[in-house]
Amino acid sequence: MAGVSLQIVAYCCEHCAYAAADLAGGLRLQYPPEVKIVQLPCTGKLDVLMVLQAMEDGVDGAMVAG
Amino acid sequence: MVVGGGIAGIQASLDLADQGFKVYLVEKKSAIGGHMAQLDKTFPTNDCAMCNISPKLVDAGRHLNIEILTETDVLGVEGHAGNFTVNLLRRPRYIDLDKCIGCGDCAEVCPVSLPDLYEEGLKERKAAYRLYAQAVPTAYAIDKLGTAPCRDACPAGQRAQGYIALIAEGRYREAFRVIKEDNPFPSVCGRTCHHPCEGHCSRALVDEAVGIMALKRFVVDYALAYGRETVEPVPRTRPEWVAVVGSGPAGLTAAHDLVKMGYGVTVYEALPVAGGMMRVGIPAHRLPKGVLQQDIDDILALGVVLKTNSPVSDPAKLLKEGYDAVCVATGISSGDHSLGVEGEGAKGVIPAATFLRKVNLGQPIRIGRRVAVVGGGITALDAAAVARRLGSEVYLALDRPRGELPAYHWEVAAVESEGIHLMERMTLTRILSEDGQVMGVELAETGKGFTKDAAGRRRPKIEEGTEFTVAVDTVIGTVSQFSDLRFLDEKYDEMAVDRQTLSSEIPGLFVVAGRKTGASYIIEAVSLGHQVAQSIHRYLIGQPMDTVKSQAPPVVKHTRQELMLRVMKGEIRLQPKVEAALLPIEERVTSFREVVLGLTEQQARLEAQRCLQCGICSECLACVYACGVDAIDHDMLAREEQVEVGAIILAPGYQAYNAALSEEYGFGRYPNVVTALQFERLLSASGPTMGRVQRPSDGTTPRRIAFLQCVGSRDQSHDYCSAVCCMYATKEAIIAKEHQPELDVHVFMMDMRAYSKGYWDYFERARHRYGIHYNRARLSMLHEDPDTQNLILHYQDEGGRLAVEAFDMVVLSVGMEISASVRELGQKLGVELDEYGFCHTAQFNPVETSRAGIYAVGPFREPKDIPESVVEASGAAAASAGLLAEARWSLTRERQYPPEKDVDGQKPRIGVFVCHCGSNIGGFLDVPAVAKYARALPGVIHAEDNLYSCSQDSIKLIAQRVDEYDLNRVVVASCSPLTHSPLFQDSIRAAGLNPYLFEMANIRNQCSWVHSADWGVATNKAKDLVRMAVARAALLEPQHTIDVPVDHAALIVGGGVAGMTAALSLAKGGYPVHLVEKEAELGGNLRHVFTSMDGKDPQLALTRLRNEVEASEAIVTHLESRVTGTKGFMGNFKTTIESVDGRRQEIDHGVVILATGAQEYRGPEYGYGSDKRIITQQELEKLLFNKKSQIQDLESIVMIQCVGPAERFCSRICCTVALKNALALKELNPGVQIVVLYRDIRTYGFKERLYTKARERGVLFVRYDDQHQPQVDITDDGNLKVQAWDPILQRRLEIQPDLLVLSMPVVPRDDVNALAAMFKVPVDADGFFLEAHVKLRPVDFSTGGVFMAGMAHYPKLLDETMVQAQAAAARAARVLSREMLTAGGQVAVVDKSLCTGCLTCVRICPFGVPIMEPSLTGVGDILGAAYIEAAVCQGCGTCVAECPARAIQLMHYTDAQMRAKVSALMKPAIISLDEIVEV
Repeated sequence: MAGVSLQIVAYCCEHCAYAAADLAGGLRLQYPPEVKIVQLPCTGKLDVLMVLQAMEDGVDGAMVAG
Repeated sequence: MVVGGGIAGIQASLDLADQGFKVYLVEKKSAIGGHMAQLDKTFPTNDCAMCNISPKLVDAGRHLNIEILTETDVLGVEGHAGNFTVNLLRRPRYIDLDKCIGCGDCAEVCPVSLPDLYEEGLKERKAAYRLYAQAVPTAYAIDKLGTAPCRDACPAGQRAQGYIALIAEGRYREAFRVIKEDNPFPSVCGRTCHHPCEGHCSRALVDEAVGIMALKRFVVDYALAYGRETVEPVPRTRPEWVAVVGSGPAGLTAAHDLVKMGYGVTVYEALPVAGGMMRVGIPAHRLPKGVLQQDIDDILALGVVLKTNSPVSDPAKLLKEGYDAVCVATGISSGDHSLGVEGEGAKGVIPAATFLRKVNLGQPIRIGRRVAVVGGGITALDAAAVARRLGSEVYLALDRPRGELPAYHWEVAAVESEGIHLMERMTLTRILSEDGQVMGVELAETGKGFTKDAAGRRRPKIEEGTEFTVAVDTVIGTVSQFSDLRFLDEKYDEMAVDRQTLSSEIPGLFVVAGRKTGASYIIEAVSLGHQVAQSIHRYLIGQPMDTVKSQAPPVVKHTRQELMLRVMKGEIRLQPKVEAALLPIEERVTSFREVVLGLTEQQARLEAQRCLQCGICSECLACVYACGVDAIDHDMLAREEQVEVGAIILAPGYQAYNAALSEEYGFGRYPNVVTALQFERLLSASGPTMGRVQRPSDGTTPRRIAFLQCVGSRDQSHDYCSAVCCMYATKEAIIAKEHQPELDVHVFMMDMRAYSKGYWDYFERARHRYGIHYNRARLSMLHEDPDTQNLILHYQDEGGRLAVEAFDMVVLSVGMEISASVRELGQKLGVELDEYGFCHTAQFNPVETSRAGIYAVGPFREPKDIPESVVEASGAAAASAGLLAEARWSLTRERQYPPEKDVDGQKPRIGVFVCHCGSNIGGFLDVPAVAKYARALPGVIHAEDNLYSCSQDSIKLIAQRVDEYDLNRVVVASCSPLTHSPLFQDSIRAAGLNPYLFEMANIRNQCSWVHSADWGVATNKAKDLVRMAVARAALLEPQHTIDVPVDHAALIVGGGVAGMTAALSLAKGGYPVHLVEKEAELGGNLRHVFTSMDGKDPQLALTRLRNEVEASEAIVTHLESRVTGTKGFMGNFKTTIESVDGRRQEIDHGVVILATGAQEYRGPEYGYGSDKRIITQQELEKLLFNKKSQIQDLESIVMIQCVGPAERFCSRICCTVALKNALALKELNPGVQIVVLYRDIRTYGFKERLYTKARERGVLFVRYDDQHQPQVDITDDGNLKVQAWDPILQRRLEIQPDLLVLSMPVVPRDDVNALAAMFKVPVDADGFFLEAHVKLRPVDFSTGGVFMAGMAHYPKLLDETMVQAQAAAARAARVLSREMLTAGGQVAVVDKSLCTGCLTCVRICPFGVPIMEPSLTGVGDILGAAYIEAAVCQGCGTCVAECPARAIQLMHYTDAQMRAKVSALMKPAIISLDEIVEV
């Protein structure tokens, strides 16, 4: 996949995974820049349609953390 | 006031502040959070501790009614309940809390490292630090003990520790910068200073003082060698001119300072060159002229005008000539003084000062072949060395031993090695001459004491008869030189000069020379120069020159003992001072080349590392230069402050036992023995090893770990159980196994104290699912295998067998103690403490200390875990609120905002602010490019970049820009919205925008910091994130809240101790209470309890409680009544209660507390019910009270613990109750034999003392396990027979007791499920009420406005029940105290026209909010549609995602907004707004 620009959407609960991503920043843990985090009030808010629409728009992957 | 910022203190503060009280939260450290913030996970749910506490930290930090006072100690309290004056010590943070934005640039540049105590010493941190990443306040702090002795000793206050720390890191240019900060003559002072700093250096207590002067010289040479930075002229900002007479160190320093302040300065110098004595008094082989010139040039380059060959005879005249101020700094310039000996008029006698001056100025001077130099100071050494270099044979007579010279020993040795004849303790008595020409000198040995010569000067006495002569043709005499002003005019010498301000009796004339204010050493002169510049400045701006000298920070003094301890611990390595090399002798005596060659870079760094960093912070000022918001102030001082408060809650927490004191465990000696707190940090993903468990000795992954329990608990010096160690060890073992499943974990313990809700399950999971081994064993020896650094454990197992096992790592489960400082606090406050420092509180008023109005909570009362501390915190909040009910809302604040602009129907006009965060973002990606890119995005009207978007001026700027560009949406691209969006939302509200018209792009934590290696990639990602944020922002809509009135009454179900206590607590707060009890009298289970642990009468307490409830006008008691139905939501409930006679009543109330209690289990186990000699503990208690005579006849009693359901969960109180009753039995009948058959004795906290006492009284304890349950039978002759397996004796026991007492557990009441269903609250698997969060919301249900207390939550002891009831009251009062609840904002809203009434939302909502409202019509006009009450909706959006009809939208997170955001990611070139709106 070298050279191919990917876009991965990470849906993160603001109470835990989003905060954890902030902490990862604080600790300067490096991860691939393809990951774009989208904050959710709770992962319970995520519905399948949202992920499917993202796929339709062309994202290469979705990750849910919460 | 709440003292202690741990979780208990935070909870108490929040509960009080929410109820309308102003709270001061006092914390010793630089941030709140306490021990909980150090934990990785919490038991028994394995939740992330930080995830739990962090929102509380943020809440407390942002609460308008909580003032957090960090770095603060309580010094004392005066006054009485309701009216206390607290005396506080506010220690300096050195960083302005209001300015610091927490970017960390200061820590980045700080050169001082020290062990990080938050990481339990497993890592280092800088002196400029934040306690931990999520700390509140977010501001950094500087760890500084005070002024380092070297700085204190320096007249000019040179920050020696500072530049040494920078040298140690190789940051020489910064070191040079900090030297110049206080001294414009670094080159000179690096070579010729009398270095009092080294005389005060603490390192001398260990080996040798640090070579500070040599280090300074190294920096100067380095700067010279690698090119000094060009000095730019300082712009003139002030009209005044100042004349300085004399260009020595004092004059030039004054000129330097004044010109930097913007004045015009002219320096007059009589000689052809500037520099004064530095130039003409010090020979070139010690101070090369070029080096000095460099310093002078730098001063002149600032814009100082120098006039050489310009003697001034009457400085006062300069004032008349137009100068606004004149500074006389003529230094040591009056001629030479006589030697005061016979023959000094002869030809060939030259004063040393004249000699050196002429040589230095290159003027002709002739000396003979044989020269005598006499004196006792540096000048003598210099003169001798110069004479030698001029080719003479030199005899140097010193009037003191070399050790007493103000010179380094090697300087003397160097002179000697150059071939100079050195004579110590010799004084000149006579000069021999012939024809007026010197022929020789007569010298004599100096004796003891002094005499005065003809001129009245002090001279050493001579030893009679020791005179001898030396033939010489030149005598160079040095006499002490001093400054006078006679050469100007007698009037100057006589003139009065103020020593402080250096101002003279002539206005505008300042004097730093002469007998009164002259200096002896260069560095003193520099100091005077600074001082006079300040005075002149104040004079010129018309301020009084006499400023009150500000209080100085303390000087750090280490004792030799302290330092030697550090040597022993290996923190300080003995290492002699590094000496600089000298020029070879043959080169020295033939030239004036510099003798000392200076340190090499390697030598300098080595020497710099010898610094002990006495002050911790070195004051190198690197942080001051780095800070972009000017937040650092190294001159802050500690100050005392008084605060008036009505009540005080003490929540100072515990300290972990210092395991090094139990030497047998090897902590501190064996690196692989760690404490549980250290292990906690090793497990934490944010810890020093990022969650990988590694051995401290070699960083390898351990395979076998042993936990040793009860280290500092339940031992000879601690007669209590620390109550948490069993569970935290279990938790750490589980988490370690989760990280590394093949790990072999053994726990060595006495009893497993899994006594609270969910603990037993947790322990069972640890054993069976994770395979953790628990050994009931006591350790007999622990030692280290020196080859592997493994730890060898010798122990005795339960059966008495000796075993030896090796482990890679040992974790010590350290207990809780009260620290010395907390004990001191208790004493200062006058509250009673026990011998261990724990605070006494009354059993029937569990949080009240011996001093009225002061409450104690958390481990300060008794060791306990988080939920209980939180309960007590809320309980103490209730007690304080009751005391201060009248003051509610009198001191609280609210934010004020301008009226909101209507943006309805407007096209988006978005403003984007991109933050550099100093270098945190700007250092890793192209911030201006991102801002430029944002400007081109559709809808964006304005975009700019800010150095710090959250600094006070930027916050104002954002509001200004909203006005300026008429913005209606704002995007900030900076750090995390979790921490910063409230701040920015406030900013746009101040500009009249609805706070929901705001969006953030997290380009720091989630971009620059995590892609720091690739500038381009990070820049692109930041653009993506900004584009996504802008796309969502375009669709944001204002959200409005509405106010829902609150009914201030409370309904309490259950009239036992919990219900009554909660009712009284609320009634004291002024709220009406309905207390519903199904029985005919109040009292509940307490009616059956007759003795208490501490011997007080529970029945008396019950009567008092009952009387109080009955007397209270605010409490309406409904006896023989029950709840039959309820509706409504938090703030507005309507509940129907029905009395036994069928009367119904509807009650309006704002909250409900369920305190329905529990009951003793009565099952058939062990033959209960089949024989009247088999009874329960409750029945025994009654017997003990009513039929004492029966007890006296008993000979043998057996008690069996953990009966029936207690095999599945621990009923918490049974061990304590059994021991209490056993002791009561022994009291009545000392001869009775009592055998307790138990699984674990769970006397947590101080209950342990009952266990100790019971064993002392001869109660026998026999353990049984699941495989060997006791058996109860009736023998043929009708006796009771109990059989049990004794694991210690390894044999079967058979007892025929007179009485068998079964410890029946406490179980929920039968009607609990019906009540739970009615209030839509959950119960756990055992039938107890399930709290919203096991750790942090222990009395709340997840349903808003519904709370619990007492045994309906879980079995608990009387004091625990009472505190919990108070806690429930406090939580309820948070709701009741408000006039209105705010509803709306980010909430779910049902479009009823789409609702099919499928009930999905009703079922799925974790908070039980949606209901089916029959009056609404849904899709196709079907009657009944979902309704979500905005006042209680938590805004999680779960119902939105689950609704099959898509009938629900979450405001502020609408589908369109979310879709736009993600779509924008895939459309890097959106060109129009319509495109966003379309998606």
